[in-house]
Amino acid sequence: MSKRKSKDTQWTAGECVSQVRIYINVKYCVFCTYLNPRILIQSVKSAPCYRCALPYILLALFGQAQKILRERYCYQRVPSSPVGIESQRKNLLELLRRTAIHGESNSVLIVGPRGSGKTMLLKSVLKELFEVREVQSNVLLVHLNGLLQTDDKIALKEITRQLQLENVVGDKVFGSFAENLTFLLEALKKGNRSSSRPVIFTLDEFDLFAHHKNQTLLYNLLDISQSAQTPVAVVGLTCRLDVLELLEKRVKSRFSHRQIHLLNPMDFHQYIETTQEHLGLPQDFPDERFAQEWNSSIKMLCEDRSVKDVLRKHFNTSKDFRSLHMLLLMALSRVTPTNPTIKPGDIQEASRLCSMDAKANILHGLSILELCLIIAMKHLSELYDGEPFNFQMVHNEFKKFIQRKSHSIHNFETPVVLKAFEHLQQLELINPMDGPSAKIQKEYQLVKLMLDHSQIMEALQKYPQCPTDVKQWATSAFG
Amino acid sequence: MPAELRQQGYSEAQLRLVSEKVPCREAQAAALLALFGEPDHYSFPSIFIYGHRAMGKSHVTLTLLRELQMPHVVVSCVECVSPGLLFEQVLGSLFDSSAVTLSRSPSLSDFVRLYRQLCAEDSAKHTRYIVLDRAEVLRDMSANLLPGFLRLQELVEDNVTVILLSEIVWDKFRPSTGCFEPLQLHFPDYSKAELQQILAQDSHPSYSAELYTFYINILLGVFYSVCKDLRELRHLAALNFPKFCEPLEKGEAEESDTHKLWRNIEPHLKKAMQTVYLREVSSFQWEEQLKQDGETQSLRGLSAYAHVELPYYSKFLLIAAYLASYNPARTDRRFFVKHHGKIRKTTFLKKHEKTSNHLLGPKPFPLDRLLAIFYSVVDSRVAPTASIFSQISSLVTLQLLTQVGHDDQLDNPKYKCTVSLDFIRAIARTVGFDILRYLYDFL
Repeated sequence: MSKRKSKDTQWTAGECVSQVRIYINVKYCVFCTYLNPRILIQSVKSAPCYRCALPYILLALFGQAQKILRERYCYQRVPSSPVGIESQRKNLLELLRRTAIHGESNSVLIVGPRGSGKTMLLKSVLKELFEVREVQSNVLLVHLNGLLQTDDKIALKEITRQLQLENVVGDKVFGSFAENLTFLLEALKKGNRSSSRPVIFTLDEFDLFAHHKNQTLLYNLLDISQSAQTPVAVVGLTCRLDVLELLEKRVKSRFSHRQIHLLNPMDFHQYIETTQEHLGLPQDFPDERFAQEWNSSIKMLCEDRSVKDVLRKHFNTSKDFRSLHMLLLMALSRVTPTNPTIKPGDIQEASRLCSMDAKANILHGLSILELCLIIAMKHLSELYDGEPFNFQMVHNEFKKFIQRKSHSIHNFETPVVLKAFEHLQQLELINPMDGPSAKIQKEYQLVKLMLDHSQIMEALQKYPQCPTDVKQWATSAFG
Repeated sequence: MPAELRQQGYSEAQLRLVSEKVPCREAQAAALLALFGEPDHYSFPSIFIYGHRAMGKSHVTLTLLRELQMPHVVVSCVECVSPGLLFEQVLGSLFDSSAVTLSRSPSLSDFVRLYRQLCAEDSAKHTRYIVLDRAEVLRDMSANLLPGFLRLQELVEDNVTVILLSEIVWDKFRPSTGCFEPLQLHFPDYSKAELQQILAQDSHPSYSAELYTFYINILLGVFYSVCKDLRELRHLAALNFPKFCEPLEKGEAEESDTHKLWRNIEPHLKKAMQTVYLREVSSFQWEEQLKQDGETQSLRGLSAYAHVELPYYSKFLLIAAYLASYNPARTDRRFFVKHHGKIRKTTFLKKHEKTSNHLLGPKPFPLDRLLAIFYSVVDSRVAPTASIFSQISSLVTLQLLTQVGHDDQLDNPKYKCTVSLDFIRAIARTVGFDILRYLYDFL
């Protein structure tokens, strides 16, 4: 059983220790969620002064800081709403408020690349909306996801479940989708009032719903939003800019064509500020001094030149929050509790790990025979302008190299070379042109190399103990 | 000095045990543990670990999860023929299995709903880990499975992390409209020194460690340039060690007679490369063969069974088929007609190497052409009886010829010869026919 410290008590370092001392007798300590309780009790018993207990307190505080930051990066509990999209936020809030309070039906699409904050925006708007008591008691929320509800039948079951109308529907059999949906919405009518409760439908991965048969779900939802029977708001989130072209004509005409674009117009200065904010500890952290020290070290970090270069490289590649969070998490995981600050070296190493070339890493682990086969294939593609080849041709090139130029590689039997070739095929460095067929012998099946000339040359440079004749063969122009 | 495993929330003894079980992989284990963080911290929703096979990916991950007692489930995606099997395994291991009731062919929606239900009753105090081994198979299952698992943490709103293990790089996994990008971790290959260190741990108790290290050096000298796979090397080492120790057991050599021991084992290792490494013979057969002293015991590999004994005319039919497949039709006159007159030289310029038929593969030929070549190649007069034609059909059944084109084409069926050059030369030698003289590519 862990006894958690409540979040609203603000303790300074000295106070923590006095609290710890009090709890010794009870045999669990206030930090026992992160530390083995016996360690702390022992140390305090034998060294009762504050200075000796300090390292353990620091460990616990660092653990708490890690916990908050990890929740932020992994679980997306960001401190504030993302910068630069205030107007879109106001727009969406206004729209949903009109549905929730004034009973007006609406439909809107939020479009933005992956990781630009669409779900974050929607969540923060809904949170603000549901603070109004009238909304809380009246409005119903239905969340649908294109990845989960891959079929209209599944989607309908999910809607029934989320509106908590399973008992009402019971075993009824409906003729069509539309009948089912209207029945559900009729059932939401409150007691004596003639108007129905407003429902907000959130459709994540909206473009996947457009692939359903006849797009019945979309058609019916948008139809209801246009026909003013029940106040319904349909909010779609998607990453495709061309989503409207996926919709059928009858669905598109019922859509209000309102789109909110999240194209994230952050500039580099705002990006650095966001990084600083996301790395800093919040105001309600238990120990003020620790939080202040941490935040000032983060400030210094963000002013460091090498860190700015790294962030600029990431900013130029993609501005979204997800890749930033991945980078920050990797940097955070390198911080040791004995020295709880993030150093510029950590950020650089994290950046290097994030932008590694995966295929070059795989090439590094191949055996010499497989590497020679890849070089033979490279020569074939260069000589014949990218035309596909088969195993016999590659083996022929390899044999020419062994006879003429090589002294370190001896001639292997054909089946051994074929096994190496098949291994490359399993790693998907070579892809067959058409699927495997039983009619063509495997030595004669046409394949294509999925590597670039520069990737191969780079991998050769890094290959451990590469024989010089192999390297020379690779760099020579004519095989 | 290998990186030491340190992490809050776990005891020193547990961490030391983990680092003993993962030799040469301490750095990767430390990196993975740093990403996991303390037991109740959130970790990145999905982690993708890639590297060659036998690099210790599953071993390190499973050792970490098991020794540090984190709630986890390991599923090999190859075993999951349908998504339902995958869901059942995950839910059954993470939660109390009696509460798990899935419908007959559950969808991802059912899985998420059930997970949320079970999670509400039994919420996670520590991070849960779902390890999907051989994750490349997920790409071929339904299209929403892979993106769904990558963002499972968000969909179920629980502290769960999905770890994907694979040989293939992430670029081949990415769906066309994008998905949640996992954190990528690479397990680099072992260097030669590390391989030696790991292989030396298998040493036999009755012999000294230096002897075994010497043996491993010889083994790597023969096999390292062909294969760096730890599993294969361990298998080969275990199979051949008794033969290596034979002179020591018989008393013919001492442990310090390195040259003699090397001379004894090297031809066997070379033979192993042609047979056991290629899985031509089973390990059992190999061990039996090593026990017998006779060196003339030839091992019949699996491909040796392709050398069936054919009747006399079948051999000529096969030779004729090979010639028909690999010679262009316009050169038949030159090879098979007795008085072909002058052939213009320009039509027989030495072709560019790429279009050599032996590199491109066999070409189909009609039955008439086969018979024409057959009658010219066979030295005696042969009557076109049904027995000749039935021999052609039996060659097709033996898969030495394949029928090309539609089954119903009865008047002029087309065939293709699917034997290799070495095979046909062996056959031609048995009937005393010099096939190289009749092949266009060897002019």
